[in-house]
Amino acid sequence: MATLPDTDTDVARTTAPRAVETPAGRLWRDFVANPVAVFGLGLLGIIVFLAIFAPLISPQNPYDLAQLDIMDARLPPGSASAEGHPFWLGTDDQGRDMLSAIFYGLRISLAVGAASTVLALLIGLTLGLVAAYVGGRVETLVMRIVDIQLSFPAILIALILIAVLGQGTGKVIAALVTIQWAYYARTVRSAALVEKRKEYMEAARCLALPPRVIVFRHLLPNCLPAMMVVATVQVAAAIALEATLSFLGLGLPITEPSLGLLIANGYQYLLSGKYWISFFPGIALLCTIVSINLVADQLRDVLNPRLQR
Amino acid sequence: MLVYIIRRSLQSLVVLVAMSIIVFAGVYAVGNPIDILINPQADQIDRERAIASLGLDKPLYAQYLVFLQGAFSGDLGKSFVHATSALGLILERMPATLELALAAMLIAIVLGIPLGLWAGLRPNSVAGRTIMATSILGFSLPTFWVGLMLIMVFSVMLGWLPSNGRGPTVELLGVPVSFLSLEGWRHLVMPATNLALFKLALLIRLTRAGTREALLQDYVKFARAKGLTNARVIGVHVLRNILIPIVTVIGLEFGSVIAFAIVTESVFAWPGMGKLLIDSINLLDRPVIVAYLLVIVSIFIVINLIVDLLYSLLDPRVRVTESQG
Repeated sequence: MATLPDTDTDVARTTAPRAVETPAGRLWRDFVANPVAVFGLGLLGIIVFLAIFAPLISPQNPYDLAQLDIMDARLPPGSASAEGHPFWLGTDDQGRDMLSAIFYGLRISLAVGAASTVLALLIGLTLGLVAAYVGGRVETLVMRIVDIQLSFPAILIALILIAVLGQGTGKVIAALVTIQWAYYARTVRSAALVEKRKEYMEAARCLALPPRVIVFRHLLPNCLPAMMVVATVQVAAAIALEATLSFLGLGLPITEPSLGLLIANGYQYLLSGKYWISFFPGIALLCTIVSINLVADQLRDVLNPRLQR
Repeated sequence: MLVYIIRRSLQSLVVLVAMSIIVFAGVYAVGNPIDILINPQADQIDRERAIASLGLDKPLYAQYLVFLQGAFSGDLGKSFVHATSALGLILERMPATLELALAAMLIAIVLGIPLGLWAGLRPNSVAGRTIMATSILGFSLPTFWVGLMLIMVFSVMLGWLPSNGRGPTVELLGVPVSFLSLEGWRHLVMPATNLALFKLALLIRLTRAGTREALLQDYVKFARAKGLTNARVIGVHVLRNILIPIVTVIGLEFGSVIAFAIVTESVFAWPGMGKLLIDSINLLDRPVIVAYLLVIVSIFIVINLIVDLLYSLLDPRVRVTESQG
């Protein structure tokens, strides 16, 4: 005859609670299953670290005129300055160390990209949620504006806005925000429309919660997975667009040189073989965008309900 | 169907007029172009005469009405810098941009769809993964930087291809084109490839996603059960079904290619509309900016309309739901 578990320890052993896996934990576990994505995340981490700590780890402050020597201008990678410290990636036409210029440029590029994405996210999220929840004419109006705006390529809208607003950091960020909010609004509205029909929304309405609470406390967190994917892709797109505008001379001013401006500086020296002035900032820009896109790709695959097995 | 076309055309007209107002107000309200265009030592009388001759002394709405009047007869103002018709300047350079855009689109389609198909059919093979990895690279690479690197490698280091300009053109039906001469091809190859990269990556990913989804469908299983060869199943059934969304994307992206040619034209000094726009923005040549934007918006509207019609022609399901709705 089987012995019944009659001691506390037996019961504890057979029915011990397993560690509960949170949604975030599951997301992380799925994310790191792909080694390419982990590589992307690692690269992104290094780049963000370099950008944040640029003043501390750069060999030279490239925008401090006292530290520059015009005799050091246009030296190839690996050469040494007049005082003896090495220029790992060469110098540009002002004698600035390319490595330091790239660190500072990463800082500005990432800052502008992140700032515009966050602002656009807030605006687009709010408008999209409100449109989806309220419905009716508000929704039609917002979505019509979004559709019209999304049917034009970003570069064209950016150029029109810069032509109208003029140049300057704030105006560039304003232009980027104006371009990006539409993506967030459309994505969050689609997600919200799906979520609106679920039972927890009905329950929330039955509880007579104020609309503000329903939208921001219940609807919003469930639309976040879709937003995360769009946000990561859009950061990369914002950085690339800002670099393109700076390259064309219509982006950030010369006092805040982003990677695009660095590349533009090297354009004139390309035909004389001094490739490093454009090449290395481009590699830095490329690494930034690729790492963000790798992370975004894996996020999209992990969060895509259609690919869930 | 006719009602749909009329409705869409009216909507497009509204968008066009709204855009023209916004652009006109924005561009003309910022700064005063007169300071760039006349000798700073000119005295007040000369200044006023110059302002009057360019029509800048009237209030904004009056300027807009003059502009609108002109627009109906095809005159979109005279360029401040070149003193010729703004529309004429743009139309003169449009063939160059269109040729570049078409060449880029062709490269993207011819390379992108087969590669995407292959990656979709064998997603876990070495070739499939390589194609996907290169496609990520393709849309992560900043276009202008790739252009610079292409110039560096092919013009400076290898000396095979010319680094800028369009080279000698040949007249085809009164329009100067480059692709009919070898020298023209040598000038066209790098800019077109540069412009094509982004769309190529997009098409590869799109085709791969479409193929993966299509292969799971029932009609593929049925076709194989019927005993059709693999080539026929993929070449006829799968391909035709995935081509529908791809064709619409190609059509919609064509407008974007024309707009993005601005960057490529700047890098390679290709004498197209885009370069004209950048120069005009820097020189504050307002009539040209406004004319360019109106021309581009019109092109987009026409492309979107054609793509919508094409889509409803290609996909019978859209026609059915349209007539029911």
